[in-house]
Amino acid sequence: MKKESGGSALIRALADENVDLLFGYPGGAALHIYDAIYQQDKVQHILVRHEQAAVHAADGYARATGKVGTVLVTSGPGATNAITGIATAYMDSIPLVVISGQVASHLIGTDAFQETDMMGISRPIVKHSFLIQSPEEIPEVVKKAFIIAKTGKPGPVVIDVPKDMTDPNHLFDYQYPKDIKMRSYSAPSEEEESNVDEAVSLLEKAKKPVLYAGGGIIQGNASEELKKLAKIMNAPVTNTLMGLGAFPATHENFIGMLGMHGTYEANMAMHEADLIFALGSRFDDRTTNNPKKYSLNAKKIHLDCDYGSIEKIINVDVSLNGDAKKILNQILNKIDPKNIDKASIDLWNNEILNWRETHGLNHDLLDKKFHQKQILPQQVIQSLYKSTNGKAFITSDVGQHQMFAAQYYKFDEPRKWINSGGLGTMGFGLPSAMGVKFAFPDEDVVCVTGEGSIQMCIQELSTCMQYGLPVKIINLNNRALGMVKQWQDMQYGGRYSSILYEDSLPDFVKLAESYGHVGMKVEDISELEERMDECISMKDKLVFMDVYVDPDEHVYPMLEAGGNMSEMRVSKTKKTF
Amino acid sequence: MSHISILMENQPGALSRVVGLFSQRGYNIDSLSVAPTNDSSLSRLTMVVKEEESIISQILKQLNKVIDVVEVQNLSDIESVSLEIAIVKLKITEKEAKKIIESAFPVVGEIINHKDAFVMIKLIGSNHEVDDFLLSLNKQKFLEVTRSGLLGMGTGENFLISESETTIEY
Repeated sequence: MKKESGGSALIRALADENVDLLFGYPGGAALHIYDAIYQQDKVQHILVRHEQAAVHAADGYARATGKVGTVLVTSGPGATNAITGIATAYMDSIPLVVISGQVASHLIGTDAFQETDMMGISRPIVKHSFLIQSPEEIPEVVKKAFIIAKTGKPGPVVIDVPKDMTDPNHLFDYQYPKDIKMRSYSAPSEEEESNVDEAVSLLEKAKKPVLYAGGGIIQGNASEELKKLAKIMNAPVTNTLMGLGAFPATHENFIGMLGMHGTYEANMAMHEADLIFALGSRFDDRTTNNPKKYSLNAKKIHLDCDYGSIEKIINVDVSLNGDAKKILNQILNKIDPKNIDKASIDLWNNEILNWRETHGLNHDLLDKKFHQKQILPQQVIQSLYKSTNGKAFITSDVGQHQMFAAQYYKFDEPRKWINSGGLGTMGFGLPSAMGVKFAFPDEDVVCVTGEGSIQMCIQELSTCMQYGLPVKIINLNNRALGMVKQWQDMQYGGRYSSILYEDSLPDFVKLAESYGHVGMKVEDISELEERMDECISMKDKLVFMDVYVDPDEHVYPMLEAGGNMSEMRVSKTKKTF
Repeated sequence: MSHISILMENQPGALSRVVGLFSQRGYNIDSLSVAPTNDSSLSRLTMVVKEEESIISQILKQLNKVIDVVEVQNLSDIESVSLEIAIVKLKITEKEAKKIIESAFPVVGEIINHKDAFVMIKLIGSNHEVDDFLLSLNKQKFLEVTRSGLLGMGTGENFLISESETTIEY
């Protein structure tokens, strides 16, 4: 049995967890660990340019693959820089293991150089955390961390490692545990038959059902089961921002994303439904509008692996707590197609189609280049959709471009849409695209961003150069912080407080070129599609496509604050209430 | 008001996870008492939370999610007994203290220290009884008080004990 030090045991334990990529940034407290990395070749370390990007990259990797993303940072500023990334993953329930160096045990609490209380600082934004107290416990802690991160409602787990715990001179026998004992933790499983029966009975009685599916269906790998249920019932399906791809966007039962910037028909359907079946979605405030006015006539069923998410915001008639795939299979085994009110549901689907015809999204904007001066941001997404045949991984930052991508790129598969839905972290797009590209080098990986967001992690262009990562960056450049501007237009009388920086934007083409990448600038709608094809076809190059779009465009529909799900603005001049 | 008992791992950071949950989600703790149990790997924590029922239900769910929390029991939902211990320091004579103790019923009192002009009295009772008693004390002579927070335990077969460890393989 080869003896290991704490540092080498840590890396060996990662290899035993089949970790192939470790995103990180070295520093004093992590140096023993970095030396251990140097002396092996199973775990490849990816050097980013800022710790926030390391976490986002691991996060993108985790979202795209379904595996646990792994991060290594040093103590103090390394740890605090990772915090935004950890909070991002926590809000979207993404499985990560984040290893942070810490000052040596005897220095903890002395305000030592680069000391910060990582356990304390990360506590509200982790699923769990460990402080290593002896080198010998490292393999077991790593095993626990991975199990906790990926089972149940996934989430980030921090392992804080004081430097003396990784001392290369302290050697011990290494054994990676096959199983571990945790008396306080068990993963969710099936639901009791009686609750399933109640749910099935409501589903069979429904005349106006909506299946409202979120990220839990993607995390729980339950898309196939959802498709089967939708087919049996012929029920309309809406996805949350986090759930896009859980149900195919080109499927005839799909009625688009719901919520703040959801489609008119999806929000109307939520308001008029007589049954809402929430599947792996959590009645987030962006999808309910005012909870007191929320879908008052609908019975509600809530399936979630997190018992704490059930009845947190909206009271439900039936709760199904457990694994989405298992519980959906329980339902599929029990539901009797003969009992479903097909005639009523047909009428319901027609009603929804009528709504779509009134105020639905126009997916053919590219066909209408009516003497346009400016490129519409929606047209860029439609052009991207065409050029990638709808098959690309799309990561996004946060703002108008994110909503346009969510609305107009039709995701047919889970794990293809990678965005910071819960925390809304600007700067997420480029590093998460790197993580996806590492996992899927032969697939198209596109970061849809804005000139505001991209500058929050733009240093990662250097990482992309180092590792030769040919991601595509589509920059919807409206020369302003567009979503804030939209709110200032709508609610603050057009007083543009601190959102303008047109005179100080970099030349993104030259900036990309300075890192050895390809830069493109597109200002004319007539050349958009051709340049987009050209951009996507450059398989071996990172292309930064800077697209000047109409700075006055708003995202619609938009739910009216404080209202119900049917109260929307559908354009600058039209509203439904 | 709910009286909640929690069994949790006796690990560094476990208490801050439980207490942190309350501040993080905007719940208020009215009283809190924590100490290791006969099993030194476990701590027992007892708290009083003054929130409405829907919030209590949410608190119980969130507590169950904390990895270090082994078992949670809402003592208010079952038959249970509870009591609180308080120590008060008064500027009175021992004779006066004895009189106060006699009048304290149903609170049970006992002089535990007498130094200089000060007397310390130990009091045991339900928290309302202790509240009432403290209110009745002469403010000028009432100098200091410390309270254990409400302790409690389910009666009969309402146990709060740890189930055997679950082994997780994957």
